[in-house]
Amino acid sequence: MSLDPSFVGRTYPPTAPYQVGREKIREFATAIGATDPVHHDPAAAQALGHPDVVAPPTFPVVVTMAASRQIVEDPALGVDYSRVVHGDQRFAYTRPVVAGDELVCASTIEDVSTRGGHGFLTTRTDVSTVAGEPVVAVWSKIVVRGEA
Amino acid sequence: MELPAKTFQVTRADLVRYAGASGDFNPIHWSDRFATKVGLPGVIAHGMFTMALVGRAITEWAGAPDAVVDYNVRFTRPVVVPDDDQGTEIEVTAVVREVTEDGLTRLEVTATCLGEKVLSQARATIRTAR
Repeated sequence: MSLDPSFVGRTYPPTAPYQVGREKIREFATAIGATDPVHHDPAAAQALGHPDVVAPPTFPVVVTMAASRQIVEDPALGVDYSRVVHGDQRFAYTRPVVAGDELVCASTIEDVSTRGGHGFLTTRTDVSTVAGEPVVAVWSKIVVRGEA
Repeated sequence: MELPAKTFQVTRADLVRYAGASGDFNPIHWSDRFATKVGLPGVIAHGMFTMALVGRAITEWAGAPDAVVDYNVRFTRPVVVPDDDQGTEIEVTAVVREVTEDGLTRLEVTATCLGEKVLSQARATIRTAR
């Protein structure tokens, strides 16, 4: 699957704010077996200096999903989602996500390439509060498998 | 320095729960019929679920759930999860590569399933000093 390299550098408008709920953090933490009270009990989180329960490190994927969709479903880019596999993932945190955060995601396509019949797409999504405070930068590389 | 290994059991029920919590409902993570149709050996775990379990290992080693400042992985091999009570197991180990003067520890992490690496270039930076 070949992807158009002219998409490198393309930016997408910020997504609508994502309201990080305390119960969503608890649900996510429970689903991955993270039992530390800092993910569940506001008092435990406050004891570490956080305003409310703290999300586990990979929770930002829940927040960036709409931004990822915006790119993968961009008809001009033409990714066949049924052929997508996840290649790489990276999170660089300014601070952890906490309940009560209202977060927006701004995405850029950092790299597009085709090798061995497969397409590779690297995106960077900057997650910040609605007030503009940076929280976490998320890189994701997907592989669009070529037809065998 | 090598950190003590951690083992995580992964069953189909875990994948269903993760799908709901994360919003990733791709049928390759719950339907054998769909997974085999697209050429997979069977239902596979979400890459991000594996990354989340490894993240748990990292925060447990750090002794602080809010200590991770950078975390990246490459997914190299799918984690196939059979439809039985045992499911499968992911084993996670790590070595400390560097401890910086400003209180950062860099880990190099290995995650295997049935003896095969499922991640490569898995690295984390954690803040050790509070």
